[in-house]
Amino acid sequence: MSSRLPLHTEFDSIAALRAAMAERRVSAREVAASALAAAQARSDLNAFLHIDPELTLAQADETDRQLAAGAPAAGAPAAMPLAGIPIAHKDVFVTRGWRSTAASKMLADYASPFDATVVARLRQAGAVSLGKLNCDEFAMGSGNENSAFGPVLNPWDASAVPGGSSGGSAAAVAAGLVVAATGTDTGGSVRQPAALCGVSGIKPTYGTVSRYGMIAYGSSLDQAGPIARHARDLLELLDPMSGFDPRDSTSLERCDGALNAPGRIGADFAASLRSQEAAGSQPLKGLRIGVPREFFGAGLAADVASAVESALQVFESLGAVRVDISLPRTEFSIPAYYVIALAEASSNLSRYDGVRYGHRAARYGDLAEMTSRSRTEGFGPEVLRRIMVGTYVLSHGYYDAYYLQAQRVRRMIVNDFQQAYAHRCDVIMGPVTPGVAKQIGDNRDDPTADWLADIYTLGVSLAGLPAMSVPCGFGGGGRPLPVGLQIIGNYFTEGRLLALADRYQQATDWHQRKPEQQ
Amino acid sequence: MEWEIVIGLETHAQLSTASKIFSDSSTQFGAEPNTQANEVDMALPGSLPVLNKGAVERAIQFGLAVGAHVAPRSVFARKNYFYPDLPKNYQISQFEIPVVQGGSLTFFVDGVEKTVNLTRAHLEEDAGKSLHEHYTGPHGESSTGIDLNRAGTPLLEIVSEPEMRSAAEAVAYARALHSLVVWLGICDGNMQEGSFRIDANVSVRPKGQAEFGTRSEVKNVNSFRFLERAILFEARRQIELIEDGGTVVQETRLYDADRDETRSMRSKEDAHDYRYFPDPDLPPLVIAPEWVQQVRAAMPELPAQKRARFEQELGLGAYDAAQLTMARANADYFESVAAALPAGQAKLAANWVLGELSAALNRDEIDIGLCPVRPERLAALILRITDGTISNKIARDVFAAMWSGEHGGDPDAIIDARGLKQISDSGAIAAMVDEVIAAHPAIVAEYHAGKQKAFNSLVGQVMKAAKGKANPQQVNDLLKEKLG
Repeated sequence: MSSRLPLHTEFDSIAALRAAMAERRVSAREVAASALAAAQARSDLNAFLHIDPELTLAQADETDRQLAAGAPAAGAPAAMPLAGIPIAHKDVFVTRGWRSTAASKMLADYASPFDATVVARLRQAGAVSLGKLNCDEFAMGSGNENSAFGPVLNPWDASAVPGGSSGGSAAAVAAGLVVAATGTDTGGSVRQPAALCGVSGIKPTYGTVSRYGMIAYGSSLDQAGPIARHARDLLELLDPMSGFDPRDSTSLERCDGALNAPGRIGADFAASLRSQEAAGSQPLKGLRIGVPREFFGAGLAADVASAVESALQVFESLGAVRVDISLPRTEFSIPAYYVIALAEASSNLSRYDGVRYGHRAARYGDLAEMTSRSRTEGFGPEVLRRIMVGTYVLSHGYYDAYYLQAQRVRRMIVNDFQQAYAHRCDVIMGPVTPGVAKQIGDNRDDPTADWLADIYTLGVSLAGLPAMSVPCGFGGGGRPLPVGLQIIGNYFTEGRLLALADRYQQATDWHQRKPEQQ
Repeated sequence: MEWEIVIGLETHAQLSTASKIFSDSSTQFGAEPNTQANEVDMALPGSLPVLNKGAVERAIQFGLAVGAHVAPRSVFARKNYFYPDLPKNYQISQFEIPVVQGGSLTFFVDGVEKTVNLTRAHLEEDAGKSLHEHYTGPHGESSTGIDLNRAGTPLLEIVSEPEMRSAAEAVAYARALHSLVVWLGICDGNMQEGSFRIDANVSVRPKGQAEFGTRSEVKNVNSFRFLERAILFEARRQIELIEDGGTVVQETRLYDADRDETRSMRSKEDAHDYRYFPDPDLPPLVIAPEWVQQVRAAMPELPAQKRARFEQELGLGAYDAAQLTMARANADYFESVAAALPAGQAKLAANWVLGELSAALNRDEIDIGLCPVRPERLAALILRITDGTISNKIARDVFAAMWSGEHGGDPDAIIDARGLKQISDSGAIAAMVDEVIAAHPAIVAEYHAGKQKAFNSLVGQVMKAAKGKANPQQVNDLLKEKLG
């Protein structure tokens, strides 16, 4: 197998790569071609579902023309901050050109006539797409084992899962195939695979990034976010992809007074950096880090606990203080999440009926049978399981006991976080996952075991808060497997979170560790 | 046993927005199949609904017009069921908190005023259409086609309380509701194209019983005539069923106009569990008081307001005022006629509009907007009656000539050309009276013997001699005088 590393891995940040391209030291086409070659060379990871070199190179060529035409005069880098940067999209974002499958047999050949808003905005910013990334089917899963097109392998250990549902995104970044990737997070699907693959990821506040063109799973929870090596690169993607979208009624026009538009997060990030720098040798002086005791209970593996503890000590050494807090409803976030997300999913996935597009059964007696057979054949077992649970909890006679009760718990969880931020702390930190990546096939006999492992990420999703995952060490028995630190902010504090993570990443080098090719 | 029919109606009024309720596709009727369906209407992966404010404005107008509570916060919900022409396999509707709550509608049934309370009116999207008949697949096989042009068309579902007690009341309610939404301009009212669709909830109970009987919901009633027949059939069916010892089951029934009967579509047992829940793609619909004010300010005078004004300012009776305000075009026509007449003659104008004019319009099936007699011409005709130029009876002939366009529809030209001017010259009338008395001694004798009929006969003879043009009052007076 070829071990050629892509050209872009010679640059340690998007900013560095951008500078090289602005000076015409490398072209977008050269970068894209080498990334394509690397992606194809690492097809063993199964990170990509669809690569089409012609489409990618056409984007790169267009960007090269734009750079040649406009760079010196109009200051094009500002208008196209991602010009020539190779990225890829989780296959729940619909794209023109590349197939949009949600990793499901149901949509195996589906071609979208439009681009998701996130995809269009990143392209507008100049990013060049390598194609579509594998994930759990319809984003339902925590190990990427639910893809109809096979599991993704963890670049750190080919026998381990990369996490999910944005497993292809995290693996592609960890393996250096792309500089950054888009992901979606409904209950942890950006943060958890980022943690398990040793890369960084952020889920912004619900409503800051458009959901238009994101194949829906749990609409009140789904939120897009980028995955990259480090905080600065996350900012490079998150800032241009965020902003109000009139085609998504749940996207926000304003974020606490500020316009929800590209530039908002960048400005907050810059302001946070300035105030850190003003504090001198103790850049995080005064920062109160809330550490929820419920995140450090019996279920937490020792290797994860110790890596997170070390990270907290780094923050303390930078001037922050640790505050013990309680998020008493943490345990209930699991049932509340699975009731709400699956209720919404059962309805969201109703449209896949074989009538207008997607998989249609070859044989059926009547219309009803056409629909039921098409769905039974087109969806994988986990998707069917979640649709059935979601249908059940919305059924007559059960709605109050499940759905309404879950909504009440959701409001309590929102309140718990608000209490913490109002009285105790500025940010919350803890583990992302109870353990490091599991081995592929570990949960085959107990399909819902993964549900319980989402305990640290679900509350944030229910509350719609921004949160990120940054690499903070390694654990595991045989080969070293990455551990992630979760940093949870109050609403609209994405810029501040990224600045904190950036400060941490200046003090540590976990994010620079790369898996050896196996 | 004497039975009472209990009826409540659910009406779907298609709102007159140019684009759909959750997408920017056109709502134009009659386009080629699937040419007016975009990614939202086809429920493509990743598409999301965005609410059309025009649909909300129309709902607010309706709420204000029926005196309802316009909810400051209402919620869109998903109604989940699988059907091939429902692209998302759920319909976005309003369930627990509708935008319009309460209100009432007042109308006349056989001259008697009746008020029916409304339960609610809510916004929702229409489904597409399944093309079962005359449809063949790409290989010529018999198949079912789906046309999604109608999918996502905005509907206002208006639900009445079960307060109607006869088919006639139900029809009168439906007509009043129809005329109101057309009056407001929020619905084109075209029943053939399905812009105004009625479902009837029908039950029966022994007269005097307080509890309602078990109801059936009769669907597919697409004209007022069919509504009446469907209710009559369904009530009779239920009564006969009970009298034969059976029980009515709660079910949905389809009205078949060709056979004039209802038949079962589905029973309560196999009714869908719609699994309603708030649509997470749409935030609650918030209507600020300022928005309601804006809509109110832009609204036309309502039928009820106009009716009251016709009664109070123009002195019309309640019935005439109600009849004239059944449709905005009628009311406007009447107001133009009345405006061209001296004060105090509005009653005469109303008589003409509701009488001769309406009859002619109905006879020729002409819409009042296309009426061949312009309001100012009708007013001119009425002036000729009040100034004594012609009698009421002659005026009807003149009107008929105006209707057919004689002399450009000008009443004065017609009166002149036909020589219809009333004879009010008492000398000329007196001469004719004398001639008639002389020519009919036998009748005169009968009159003197006390027979009133004889007098009428003599009046008739004079009018005949005058070719109908003699002033009737003068004829009467002179005859009485001369007969002694």
